[in-house]
Amino acid sequence: MANYLNVNYGIRSWLLTKDHKRIALLYLGAVTLFFFVGGAAAVMFRIELLTPEGDLVQAETYNKLFTMHGIVMIFLFLIPAIPAVLGNFLLPMMLGARDLAFPRLNLASWYVFILGALFMLGALLAGGVDTGWTFYPPYSTVSSNTYVVATALGAFIVGFSSIMTALNFIVTIHTMRAPGQTWFRLPLFIWSHYATSVIILLGTPVLAISIVLLALERVFGLGIFNPDLGGDPVLFQHLFWFYSHPAVYIMILPAMGVISELITTFSRKRIFSYHFVAFASIAIAVLGFFVWGHHMFVSGQSVYASMVFSLLSMLVAIPSAIKVFNWTATLYKGSISYDTPLLYALYFIGLFTIGGLTGLFLATLGLDVHVHDTYFVVAHFHYIMVGGTIMGYLGGLHFWWPKISGRMYPEGWAKFAALVIFVGFNLTFFPQFILGYLGMPRRYYAYPEEFQVLNVMSSAGASILAVGYLIPMIYMVWSMRYGPLASANPFGASGLEWRTPSPPPTENFPTTPIVTEEVYVYPAERERGAAV
Amino acid sequence: MSIQRSANAAPPSDLLAHQFDDIEQQHDAASLGMWAFLATEVMFFGGMFLGYAVYRYRFAGVFAEASNHMDIVLGTLNTAILIGSSLTVVLAVHAAQRDDRRLLQRMLALTMFLGAIFLAIKFTEYFHKYEETLVPGINLVLANERDRQAAIFYSFYFAMSGMHALHMIIGIAVFAVLFGAARRGRYTSAYHTPVELAGLYWHFVDIIWIFLFPLFYLLGRHQ
Repeated sequence: MANYLNVNYGIRSWLLTKDHKRIALLYLGAVTLFFFVGGAAAVMFRIELLTPEGDLVQAETYNKLFTMHGIVMIFLFLIPAIPAVLGNFLLPMMLGARDLAFPRLNLASWYVFILGALFMLGALLAGGVDTGWTFYPPYSTVSSNTYVVATALGAFIVGFSSIMTALNFIVTIHTMRAPGQTWFRLPLFIWSHYATSVIILLGTPVLAISIVLLALERVFGLGIFNPDLGGDPVLFQHLFWFYSHPAVYIMILPAMGVISELITTFSRKRIFSYHFVAFASIAIAVLGFFVWGHHMFVSGQSVYASMVFSLLSMLVAIPSAIKVFNWTATLYKGSISYDTPLLYALYFIGLFTIGGLTGLFLATLGLDVHVHDTYFVVAHFHYIMVGGTIMGYLGGLHFWWPKISGRMYPEGWAKFAALVIFVGFNLTFFPQFILGYLGMPRRYYAYPEEFQVLNVMSSAGASILAVGYLIPMIYMVWSMRYGPLASANPFGASGLEWRTPSPPPTENFPTTPIVTEEVYVYPAERERGAAV
Repeated sequence: MSIQRSANAAPPSDLLAHQFDDIEQQHDAASLGMWAFLATEVMFFGGMFLGYAVYRYRFAGVFAEASNHMDIVLGTLNTAILIGSSLTVVLAVHAAQRDDRRLLQRMLALTMFLGAIFLAIKFTEYFHKYEETLVPGINLVLANERDRQAAIFYSFYFAMSGMHALHMIIGIAVFAVLFGAARRGRYTSAYHTPVELAGLYWHFVDIIWIFLFPLFYLLGRHQ
């Protein structure tokens, strides 16, 4: 039967496609590559950190490695991963639409993404950047001797690609929902992508203009951020974090959308308190714009500003906790089946909770002074981004893999890989909480001897984690050819995307679906409803 | 904004993209897309307006002094030209709505012409600044604290008006494409979304200038 994968062949039919499903796969290929590039840098500096001295690399190379890791992972993997791969593939299908509102813009976003990535990777190959992913001036504009402008321009260009995707999502959600699909019949995946798109749309341009000013300053020697010339470096930090803190929610919100879908599907139960979960996404998006100052408690900003930022940062915990409690309540008395996607969802709940609670430590003014710029911060945000976003991404990729590829992944291997990733992750990052609390600063290539044991544990965990990430890549590729054929709805899920063959035809649905009931209604519940 | 799709789709025409059910849905999508894009533009320029505000507050005296070096005559003339071009854009949309192809082409051409005049005057001003050695990073001499503060004023002036000029160049290019399509009779009272949306964009670029003009030319001026 003709589907979007076999409708035509050849490199042109992929590189010039306007089908959102094929563009999602183009993104999948690109972000997977960048994930392993960013991971390779992490492996190198974890090896360096096995011993207290600098033996594998020296300070300069070490600085370039962690910068490369941060820039590649954030701009080229974490931000696009879920929206541009899973979101691109699923958003029109969940709305019963034939495509996104602007298919050409969607394809353009991929090319812009690749162009930005080439700038960044080119700069990294030419000699790298040592500013950290934050590009703080005046170091980045006056002192650093590395390829700052090319890398920053790469981030600028990649930003436009995410703006294009976000704009497409917002317009599609507003104007292309299936007949009968009201706002409160939308899957929670859609709500979280809507919230994410709003953040991207309003936040990314601010990063773009900060980068323009930074580049002008470096090239022409302007003084906007340079204290020697009357400028203020803290202004850059304000502008930078105005985007880059909400960017954390750009990374985590789509994963939360995935988790909502996984939890309800594998407990065969309507999500507990749908409206609260939906509005929690919006609340996180809105609050996320008013907390950036918590990155600058020690930068010399006003103490009163810090107090307000501290309070507002803590408020983010409320919608986050609402989600965690509602997922847990959904599991309660559900008929749970422990398929691989649910394992990732459960990991997410546990690890995100740890990451979120340690975020409250960092929002506390006094404690932040103690752990600021230590490994405590590193551990905290890796619990959110790796323990949260990547677990959500992998869970979602497994869950929708039958829909994407038309084949099932091998369940045994998948469970094994999930376990390896969970063990590797915790062994890598839990010791870093302790290291940071004991006072080990981040971004140093050498450290006092008493920190060695915990660092060796962390490096050992990182190598387990690396193996854990390689296994799914191998069996996913294997399953595309040898996996058992998938039915239209192998997991008994309820969304519109499961009401069309796997893999779907190019136009998604033979006829436009009509929505007549609430989301997340499962056969057992429907019978119960009929009985009442 | 929320549109419920009808289950029985209208027959496709060459103006209707395959993903939409009818022209109305397509129009709503395109127009929401443009408004969303303009929201990103507001935030883009917003970063520079914030920076300007911070330093205006901090270096009030020097900023007021520096605004005396702006050419008030050319600036005012440019403001009038740009507002005039907003009028011609509105008339272009009006002409498309009434199927007046001749008027549509004339108004699009006039808009491009006014935009080009604005840019010509703007670059003349830039050249004068260069002659007066007021371009930071190129020939502005930083002898003392006041010079450094004035340099920040000029940095924002060139960054903000330069970014505005770049938006105008893009707008003129868009109108050139629309002009070609209008000559082929593509826009009618039934379909003229691109003219309408390009008009929206042009008005936005105008509004940015309406803020830039007082911030750089008028505030604190005392000659």
